[in-house]
Amino acid sequence: MNKKTIPLTHLSLRGEAKIIELVGGRGFQRRLRVMGVREGQKIKVVSKQPFHGPLTVAINGCQMTLGRGMAQRIIVEEL
Amino acid sequence: MIKKIVLMGNPNVGKSVVFSRLTGANVIASNYPGTTVDFSKGKMRIKGKPIEIIDAPGTYSLQPTNKAEEVAFKMLKEADMVINVVDATNLERNLYLTLELLEKNIPVIVVLNLWDETRHLGIHIDEKKLEKLLGVPVVPTIALTGEGINTLVTRIKEARTNEEIKPTSEEGRWIEIGSIINKVEQVEHRHHNIRDIISDLTIKPITGIPISFGIIFCAFWLVRLIGENLITYIFDPIFNELYHPLIIRLSEWIGPGFIHKLLIGEFGVEINFIESLGLLTTGLYIPFAAVLPYIISFYFTLSFLEDSGYLPRLATLVDNVFHRLGMHGHGIIPMFLGLGCNVPGALSTRTLESRKQRFISATLLAICVPCMAQLAMVFGVLGRYGLYYIGLVFLTLAILYIVIGLILNKFVKGESPEIFLEIPSYRRPSLKATFKKTWMRIRWFLREAIPYLFLGVLVINFLYFIGVLQWFGNAVQPVMVGLFGLPGDASIALITGFLRKDIAVGMLVSLNMAPLQLVIAVTMLTVYFPCVATFAVLIKELGIRDMLKSAAIMMGVAVIVGFLLRIILLGI
Ligand SMILES: Nc1nc2c(ncn2[C@@H]2O[C@H](COP(=O)(O)OP(=O)(O)OP(=O)(O)O)[C@@H](O)[C@H]2O)c(=O)[nH]1
Ligand SMILES: [Mg+2]
Repeated sequence: MNKKTIPLTHLSLRGEAKIIELVGGRGFQRRLRVMGVREGQKIKVVSKQPFHGPLTVAINGCQMTLGRGMAQRIIVEEL
Repeated sequence: MIKKIVLMGNPNVGKSVVFSRLTGANVIASNYPGTTVDFSKGKMRIKGKPIEIIDAPGTYSLQPTNKAEEVAFKMLKEADMVINVVDATNLERNLYLTLELLEKNIPVIVVLNLWDETRHLGIHIDEKKLEKLLGVPVVPTIALTGEGINTLVTRIKEARTNEEIKPTSEEGRWIEIGSIINKVEQVEHRHHNIRDIISDLTIKPITGIPISFGIIFCAFWLVRLIGENLITYIFDPIFNELYHPLIIRLSEWIGPGFIHKLLIGEFGVEINFIESLGLLTTGLYIPFAAVLPYIISFYFTLSFLEDSGYLPRLATLVDNVFHRLGMHGHGIIPMFLGLGCNVPGALSTRTLESRKQRFISATLLAICVPCMAQLAMVFGVLGRYGLYYIGLVFLTLAILYIVIGLILNKFVKGESPEIFLEIPSYRRPSLKATFKKTWMRIRWFLREAIPYLFLGVLVINFLYFIGVLQWFGNAVQPVMVGLFGLPGDASIALITGFLRKDIAVGMLVSLNMAPLQLVIAVTMLTVYFPCVATFAVLIKELGIRDMLKSAAIMMGVAVIVGFLLRIILLGI
């Protein structure tokens, strides 16, 4: 069964998802991965700042804030 | 033979605390990533042999993404051993750097710091097994209390390389890490606790934004409360009751002449600690009685913000605004540190990723962020006319920050990457750590400020003596009066501001200006140019070319703002 994948920005608050793909150059992918944003990890959105502000996400008990543009390029599958 | 050991690890894992424990030398540690932006060196002895220890900025990998991480990378190249400090509550992510280090064939010892936190979080790590798998010593520590540090010291000599770990691809490392984590770590399921609830409340916009206003308001209120009380009940009495009589006696003893002028001020004129401009009067009163109380209260308050872990949350909330100004939320850190002293503020721009961000952040810092030394004097000088006038200065500077930021964002070339910032968990600031950190910064202030202050007093006296300042004041009088509605001698204060802005504010007092004129002069003093210490750091951080551009912007803005304020506040 193939569930539909969405960019992280579309994930609702409190919803949980699995990271499927990081869309971008090698440098972009590496930067995300070394901070814990990796394919296969479970991710939750903790908050979204208004007016296209950044998202705060939780992965593995660790939180980080990332810009909308970056979040757009993180493809997840809702769980 | 091991001579140089560098502390490497992800940001905010406790490297600086470990460094302080090992060397006894104190460096600033705070609960947000990017506290350390430069290296510090210290010494320790192992079996009688001196060894140099280096505290480096944190980095997530050996591919630097900003200037601070570049410093860490450079330190690694100089060192012949690594103490890899690892956040035990975040083992998986931290091991990436560990593997990269092990591939470098440099002796490594791993420190599993924040060991106390793993208990609260229900994380169990089998450190013996981890040691076997990594092939290098692994020592659990709680750097904050010093637990485990002795073991670390005795085991430093066991640090070694692991030949079995060969350079591999990024994917290869993650697979390796996955298999290690499976074998050594177990995580219990955990319920939401009070700390998580506070964390959520302070980062969600609906609750977080009002809370942030509350916290900033309280912080300013606390700074002023502590500062004013220290002045009224401790510092002023000491100077007025104890020191003043001494100076009067000294004055009679010295008698008129150049020595009197230099040490105390004009003979026969009543001694005024702010206006006399003698080394023993103004030269001591300004740093110790007027500025020091505010330095104490500011850094005491800042410590709470830093150590609690609130600043990264504030950075998240303000990211939107800062992004429009060509930076991102982390730009709030140079601004906050800059309110204490512009020098550390300018250094902390290193954590911003692009040249454009650093240029804008540093320029806005120099133009719109007055340091505490200057603010303390402004509170002293304008405070007596009412908070309204101080409010005018702050309002002008805030508007400038936004307007210049918007303009620079439009015209400065280059990229402005988005925020990508780790949010550490909240920790209760320890009173002991707070006092220690405040004390370190006070010592630093005294060491940096007093030489410049004395130099300032000497230079001004000398220039007055040979008549240069009077000549200059007269020469620019038409400009000062015509454009800014200020007396010609205000220009002398502006020049002095290059050495120390606090004396400069003091010099404005003796000109007997109206409060609104003071507002204009004080604002221009903030904007027109940084003090010499900040100037030197900015040249190093931005490079000569960018600094020249930045300086041109500062002076242009000062003229425009001075003129506009004159029209708005004084009328034509
Ligand atoms: N609970 C606990 N807190 C610790 C421990 N070690 C350090 N801390 C706290 O963790 C925070 C970060 O410590 P730092 O030493 O500034 O971390 P760093 O690795 O130097 O950080 P950067 O310079 O930003 O890379 C500070 O607030 C410390 O007080 C520990 O073992 N337990
Ligand atoms: Mg540090």
